[in-house]
Amino acid sequence: MHIVVCIKQVPDTEELPKVKIDPKDNTIVREEVKNIINPFDENAIEEALRIKEKKSASVTAISMGPPQAEEALRRALAMGVDEAILISDPVFAGSDTWATSYVLSRAIKKLEHFDLILAGKQAIDGDTAQVGPGIAEWLGIPQLTYVRKLEVKDGSIVAERALEDYFEVIETRLPALVTVTKEINEPRYPSLRGLLLAKKKEIPIWNNDYLKLPVDKVGLDGSPTRVIKVFIPKLPSKGEIIEGDLNQKAERVIEELKKRNLLRWLR
Amino acid sequence: MNFDLSEEQKTILELVEEVSEKEIAPAADQVAEKGEFPQKNVEKLASLDLFGITIPQEYGGLGMNYLTWTLVAERISQACATTGLIFGANLLCTFPLLNFGSEAQKKKYLPPLARGEALGAFALTEPEAGSDAGNVQTTARKEKGGYVLDGNKIFITNGEVADIYIIIANLDKKRGARGLAAFIVEKGTEGFSFGQHFKKMGLEALPNVELIFNNCWIPEENLLGKEKRGFRIAMQTFAAGRIGVGIGALGIAEAAFQKARDYAKERIQFGRPISSFQAVQHILAEMATRIEAARYLLYKAAWLLDQGQNFEKYASMGKLYASEAAMWVTTKAVQVLGGYGYMKDYPVERYMREAKLFEIIEGTSEIQRNIIANIVLRE
Repeated sequence: MHIVVCIKQVPDTEELPKVKIDPKDNTIVREEVKNIINPFDENAIEEALRIKEKKSASVTAISMGPPQAEEALRRALAMGVDEAILISDPVFAGSDTWATSYVLSRAIKKLEHFDLILAGKQAIDGDTAQVGPGIAEWLGIPQLTYVRKLEVKDGSIVAERALEDYFEVIETRLPALVTVTKEINEPRYPSLRGLLLAKKKEIPIWNNDYLKLPVDKVGLDGSPTRVIKVFIPKLPSKGEIIEGDLNQKAERVIEELKKRNLLRWLR
Repeated sequence: MNFDLSEEQKTILELVEEVSEKEIAPAADQVAEKGEFPQKNVEKLASLDLFGITIPQEYGGLGMNYLTWTLVAERISQACATTGLIFGANLLCTFPLLNFGSEAQKKKYLPPLARGEALGAFALTEPEAGSDAGNVQTTARKEKGGYVLDGNKIFITNGEVADIYIIIANLDKKRGARGLAAFIVEKGTEGFSFGQHFKKMGLEALPNVELIFNNCWIPEENLLGKEKRGFRIAMQTFAAGRIGVGIGALGIAEAAFQKARDYAKERIQFGRPISSFQAVQHILAEMATRIEAARYLLYKAAWLLDQGQNFEKYASMGKLYASEAAMWVTTKAVQVLGGYGYMKDYPVERYMREAKLFEIIEGTSEIQRNIIANIVLRE
């Protein structure tokens, strides 16, 4: 069994105050912040490794991004994935979710064989949740999104999807693509042994000379989405400062809570 | 002279720092408060391969040097001194096994210790044998192709949780320290049981336990090294252990210093942060200086050990200086935080209680001065 995990390198949200947006093309300036593997993608890696440990599968991590995305792949190797491939070419820069899922799907097609593709439910930077499903569409395989529990059977999988109001248990044949939520597992840390092995491991870079994709389907020019403006919304402060002595303030608070039906139990 | 870390060490420390900050430090208050053995932390260290750092690859470890171990232990201790000492006490078992064990003993005991599946402990201390380490009353006598141990050990770190114990016992009481021998005893051996769990001033979650040997027979192959060489094995093990104890003290000192510095920058009195007052600045400067001095004494000791040179003097100096620095720094950290520092809401009072232990274990400060004096007078 061969599992492909799609991962994305994202800015560490703990360093969010430092994240800047390039006013020229409305993309994130990545050079100055610490980068991490998108946390949901770490869950995808963990799930792949757990399947590997149970079913003796091999796991390949792929990532599309600038050269420094190699760090994310190295971390995936240190966690225990077998192979890693970086898909990187200046012509891919600025790809939207349509173009990114196209490039990733073509890269996956280049692999000899795959049974299962795993990805996080969304990336914490763009938050689109579109690339995973996009890959499945380009490959014409079933997609199961927002999966919080996964069971691999012979030639099929059974997944529990966390939907807004209910859970859905669904089975599908393989190959298929699954995007996972953080509830599915707790990602492991790399071991020192894994870390040192990963350091020495070669990570092939697949550029467009190798993938030979039409340039009108990739990069900023190949992307149907146009980002017109990216900005941090200014939320008007709606807070109200309640004045008066302690009793008056308390009464006002109770009144407001009652108005919102938040004190039903207080009779 | 080169103070740079290797690329390998940097990579390892980055991971250890991440885990220390995200997993171990946030749980430290709770570990101390509950007083329960931090099993989760031990499992985390094991999953990271940290127990195998100094164990050669052929015995399932990573085959790295003691300096790397020291750097790792420093970060763990800074996050949680209890976890740091559990990690350090384990070395007191792996070190003598590696240095005095037979090939068969190494093959049998080191791989589970390297994986962290088994924990180790070392036991010399008895009610009548503390600083007077040669005065061990636990006896060993030859019997039926093995040895029979009788006696009690006290205060043993990792007692009961450990699976593999190095026990110092006396084969020939007439010869005193020269009659001592070291034995490997596995938990579960008949006649080997655990008594009192000692209650302490700090580090309540660190097991310090009484070991009881009552007609405890162990096979001949569990003799570590040669008969009557136990005192030497113990002294060498203590010397290496002093690096670990010193680094534990250093970790506490660093944690206390950081808390004091951060607090001083934020605490406003007389309309300005107290870090703007020279009285506080001088405390912080002194803290930082003592910490750095302790650090490089210990690194030097570890480096000498890695070079196969005499490291005992530096290990004693480092342990002495780091533990006294930790006591001073933590006491002053409480002072910088003032009333808040004395409260249990802040960790600095805990650091102060924890620091005291380090001036006592693995040879008191007084014993360290004896050792250092002995060496420098011979030089």
